[in-house]
Amino acid sequence: MRRARIIGAVAAGLAAGLLTLSALQVARVAFAAPLVADISDHLVAITTGFAGTDVLLFGAVEEKGDVVVMVRGPREAITMYRKSRVAGIWINTASMTFEQVPSFYAIAASAPLEDIAGESLRRRHELGVEYALPSLPLAKASRNIAREWKAALLRNLQRQALYPRQVGRVNFLGNQLFRTRLFFPANVPTGNYQVETYFIRDQRVIGAQTTPLAVSKLGMEADIFDFAHHYAPYYGLIAVAVALVAGWIAHAVFRRG
Amino acid sequence: MQVYLPIAELSLDVFVLLGLGGVIGLLSGIFGVGGGFLMTPLLIFIGVPPAVAVATQANQVVASSVSGVLAHWRRGNVDLRMGLVLLAGGFAGSTAGVSLFSLLRQLGQIDLVINLSYVVFLGTIGVLMVMEGARALLRRRRAGPRRKLHQHTWIHGLPLKVRFRKSRLYISALVPLSIGFGVGVLSAIMGVGGGFILVPAMIYLLGMPTIVVIGTSLFQIIFVAANVTFWQATQNQTVDVVLAIILLAGAVIGAQFGTRLGSRLPSDALRLLLGLIVIVVCGRLFFELIAEPIDIYSMSIR
Repeated sequence: MRRARIIGAVAAGLAAGLLTLSALQVARVAFAAPLVADISDHLVAITTGFAGTDVLLFGAVEEKGDVVVMVRGPREAITMYRKSRVAGIWINTASMTFEQVPSFYAIAASAPLEDIAGESLRRRHELGVEYALPSLPLAKASRNIAREWKAALLRNLQRQALYPRQVGRVNFLGNQLFRTRLFFPANVPTGNYQVETYFIRDQRVIGAQTTPLAVSKLGMEADIFDFAHHYAPYYGLIAVAVALVAGWIAHAVFRRG
Repeated sequence: MQVYLPIAELSLDVFVLLGLGGVIGLLSGIFGVGGGFLMTPLLIFIGVPPAVAVATQANQVVASSVSGVLAHWRRGNVDLRMGLVLLAGGFAGSTAGVSLFSLLRQLGQIDLVINLSYVVFLGTIGVLMVMEGARALLRRRRAGPRRKLHQHTWIHGLPLKVRFRKSRLYISALVPLSIGFGVGVLSAIMGVGGGFILVPAMIYLLGMPTIVVIGTSLFQIIFVAANVTFWQATQNQTVDVVLAIILLAGAVIGAQFGTRLGSRLPSDALRLLLGLIVIVVCGRLFFELIAEPIDIYSMSIR
């Protein structure tokens, strides 16, 4: 009798447990995304002492797979110049303008990109610098020439650390939690950035998330820059006035010395 | 300690900048020149974009000329009439120069033109200085014949003659007007006060007495540099006030020591030394023009 009661209670408990479990399972399927990610700071502030900064990206995935994180800066037109020797002196003799170039591009992955995603997938999501840069239209240059200009553009962007040469590491802690550091150098362009996180398994994107990130000048530097661009003539007058006063002060110091 | 320069848009060590200002101030204190013609190339060497270096330097020239002219004004070494005529030309020249600067910038040739003008002018001035310095050193031993105050040339046949009492000159106003214009264009493109061109021009072309040359050139440089600063800020947004102030602070301190040092050293040897420094800077700039670049492609955003 007593035994039967115990068994009954256990069964009921088990049933209740199973019920909650399955409810959870349903909730998971219905509400939880396969990928959740966030960054430690949504604003990179360029202030007086700014010499580059790290932003931590962290998140979790539902199941085993690979994670790719890509950071893209605001798109801008970039003019490239090519020098050639004229009378012994190196002079810019040709120029070419690329439209809509991401002003910053960095990528990090939990495994080599080639292993995670095939070429078509990488091309579609612009995973890797070779896919991130636009090509010149055929009207502007033949295919070979265009390739040279594009390679030169990438080389220049890499030299200025705007396109880090290395693919960063996304580190997994266990099977589900991951983190990576995104580095922004001292000369990082300002504007609205997109941090895109992809969860990829078996050559398929299972989850993706875009997190906005703002890079902007803050404090006195920002005010000076904005003022110089929006109220240029007044900025000029103030610059002259500051110089006149500074010169007068210098003169006063001189006389005493 | 890194300091972020808002217009140049890069971080530089504040002590490097103060030191640079200090060295230039030291030189200007010793030699009595503005030093702008050395400052701009040095700023470019440490990574400041040439366009920003030039415009900011113009701003700094305003400050250093003010402190210089006040001392000369008190001693009565400023020929106001001559200064105003030079200034009229200078205003027109520098305004035109800034427009030329903007145009060259759009064409992507501004760095080349800045570099080339520096090579030509530093080279010429440097060689002249070394020759003068060397000749003066030799002359001290054997006293040569005295030169005439000035020679009469075709310049003295031009119309619109004006009497400049303080300079003891009776010449056509067109001469200082066009000299002022030329120096104005150069100061817009090179960011210098133009003292290193204006002073020789006033002595050799106009035949002004040396004593009023420095004060008068400083007087007109203030206004021309202020004009350049204003138009550069308005048209190109390339004047970095933070950079200008840091450089000036260094320059003021450097000049303090420079003036004391300068009075103890022999002036002819000093001129020789300055000439050599100028030639070295010129050589470095020239090397950049002719050496094969690391990458023949370069880029500019915007």
